Amino acid sequence: MPRQLEGSRAVAEAVALCRPEVICAYPISPQTHIVENLSQLVKSGELTPCEFVNVESEFAAMSVAIGACATGARAYTATASQGLLYMTEALYNASGLGLPIVMTVANRAIGAPINIWNDHSDSMSQRDCGWIQLYAETNQEALDLHIQAFRLAEELSTPVMVCMDGFILTHAVERVEMPTQQQVDAFLPAFQPRQLLDPGEPITIGAMVGPEAFMEVKYLAHAKQMQALQLIPEIAADFNDAFARDSGGLIRAYRAEDAETIVVALGSVLGTIKETVDELREQGRKIGVVGITSFRPFPLDAVRAALGHAQRVLVLEKALAVGVGGIVSMDVHAALAGVHRAGGVQPHAYTVIAGLGGRPITKASLLGLFTDAAADRLAPLTFLDMNWDVVNRELERMGSSRSSGPHAENILRDVGSVAAGPV
Amino acid sequence: MKAPAIRFYQTGSFAVGNRLLDPEQRSVQAGEQRTNSITCGHRACQGCGEALGARYALDAAMRATDGRMIAANATGCLEVFSTPYPETSWRIPWIHSLFANAPAVSTGIAAALRAKGREDIRVVGQGGDGGTVDIGMACLSGMFERNDDVLYICYDNEAYMNTGVQRSGSTPPAARTATTQAVGPEPGNVFGQGKSAPLIAMAHEIPYVATATVAELRDLEAKVQTAMEIRGARYLHVFVPCPLGWGSASKDTIRIARLAKESGIFPVFEARDGEVTDVSKIRRQVSVEEYLRPQKRFAHLFKPEPRTEVIARIQAGADRNIRRFGLLTLSGTGGDAALTQPGVAAPAGNGRS
Repeated sequence: MPRQLEGSRAVAEAVALCRPEVICAYPISPQTHIVENLSQLVKSGELTPCEFVNVESEFAAMSVAIGACATGARAYTATASQGLLYMTEALYNASGLGLPIVMTVANRAIGAPINIWNDHSDSMSQRDCGWIQLYAETNQEALDLHIQAFRLAEELSTPVMVCMDGFILTHAVERVEMPTQQQVDAFLPAFQPRQLLDPGEPITIGAMVGPEAFMEVKYLAHAKQMQALQLIPEIAADFNDAFARDSGGLIRAYRAEDAETIVVALGSVLGTIKETVDELREQGRKIGVVGITSFRPFPLDAVRAALGHAQRVLVLEKALAVGVGGIVSMDVHAALAGVHRAGGVQPHAYTVIAGLGGRPITKASLLGLFTDAAADRLAPLTFLDMNWDVVNRELERMGSSRSSGPHAENILRDVGSVAAGPV
Repeated sequence: MKAPAIRFYQTGSFAVGNRLLDPEQRSVQAGEQRTNSITCGHRACQGCGEALGARYALDAAMRATDGRMIAANATGCLEVFSTPYPETSWRIPWIHSLFANAPAVSTGIAAALRAKGREDIRVVGQGGDGGTVDIGMACLSGMFERNDDVLYICYDNEAYMNTGVQRSGSTPPAARTATTQAVGPEPGNVFGQGKSAPLIAMAHEIPYVATATVAELRDLEAKVQTAMEIRGARYLHVFVPCPLGWGSASKDTIRIARLAKESGIFPVFEARDGEVTDVSKIRRQVSVEEYLRPQKRFAHLFKPEPRTEVIARIQAGADRNIRRFGLLTLSGTGGDAALTQPGVAAPAGNGRS
């Protein structure tokens, strides 16, 4: 029976159904409601046996999860933004050691300037840390992906990050189907660790590895993610059989088969994009969408197959690789390069940076953007809804005075607001 | 302290021969059933105090837990010299994650064991002074305040030895390290810096805090035994000379550790719930000069000419420890009492140059 739940509550209940044995929590918006809900489920005895550990930092949260997972416990934590960066060293450690921890990232911008609203800068910054990254489009998918994530992580002995848009999903109350404990128990077997700290059979975990074997050990993390390219669709199919819902998988195409223009994106913005595409379809435009659920591993073949026939591809990204432009775009370009090698005509590729720091991505803006793209009127790198006036004014200040002061404060003064920006 | 009352010492030292003790009182290391938690073949330097301390501490913990123990190790010498791939010296379940997170990894292990109903298995975290008092302090403090069921052992050799002897928050004043060099008008590490991790641990009011040195290994074993009889967060700070970093002779590791204790430089005590409950009294007091001289890291205090003022300041620090912890017995000799006054010169017999 469907229930009206806040995204965070839905994820907390789904995680609880997965029977984690150790949950470590450190508050950071917009992830906090998830661990608050889990603390309630543990304290009330609904989730047992489970140790809920209030730690002193995100670095400690991931470290506690590492210790717990190496001792054979199913371990979970959640974070966002600065918190994800603060645990960076431990993220690499968890993946390097092959510990199947599952973590929610409630996607949020990274400062400076400090900003609590949604974009994908945080998880994109950890692109190469060795974790599988799955992006949820809706609260239902966020819920479903967590159940799939534990199975995926444990089958491969590699950690999985489930990324869901902060506030847009975590704080939105939506209708979701919550599985039963019996269903989840049938889908997710008990954790059988590949390596275990056990006094009965002592092993060493975390030895120093020099040049003689380092590349081989690192390659194994890559090999697991390549296996994940097979496993993710299999688990999604199993999930569909068990729960009668089409969730997860590598990518998700929408009206893309005959599309001349295809928009590529991740996360909740796909909803707005699909609505915009529907409207343009009604006008007779041949436009479609490819949503990327699995960003790591990046499904090069699936993306190429979905995009190869298009005339142009527009990658809409909620993150910026300062100094070059797009992050997802680079991987999409790598996929499209294969089209050319296969004798096809490589589509034009556009990168659009949008929604940084929570700036709304509206249907009106997308209509204009997609129309321009279809007419090939876009620059290779576009910043959606950028207020160029304030940017240019600050650039002028910098040019005219050595002591022009802090950017953020200058720009806020020009905008005439202390809020996040034009809404 | 659980150490049995000892009446007989070996000639010329305070070391206790096992043959003088009842079998049940003998050192863990004296028994064939010792675990060899860290076994032979590792790559520690000759005379490494940390290797010695870890061996005694972990074997004692293994005896106390009847072999049901898991260890988490910070990055550092102990981790590096014990696990050059593909070899390991550890005969216990052992994990190394990062430099700063050994206390948190230990917490995670303890939490997992609690969730699984295996609280009979105990957890020991360990690291050097850099991993403990500096980069690991946040995780350590968190583990303390939550009172997680972990014994954390710091092997303190007073600098970052693994990276080539750089200053840590545990490096003593005037000591030469690679980042506090023996040059300029005030050579070596500055006065008025550094911190006492045992006192910080006590401020958390955890059930048990103790210090020990590798000069008194029976005492170290007894403190580990005591620690393992207690539930909750426990902290053991072990003074471990480092021949490489301190510029001391490998054969002098035990002697220098003993001089640190007998001079008052390193107070050896136990504390329960934030209060000192027992101290190891100085048995035959020595001046700090006697402790400083065999170490090249303090050579600039004696050559080209003695820096008596600096030595007096170090003596004053030791005397403060003696007063603060009551390290001298009331029946001490007059010479002992005189040394508790700041700035008093070393007693006779230390005038060699």
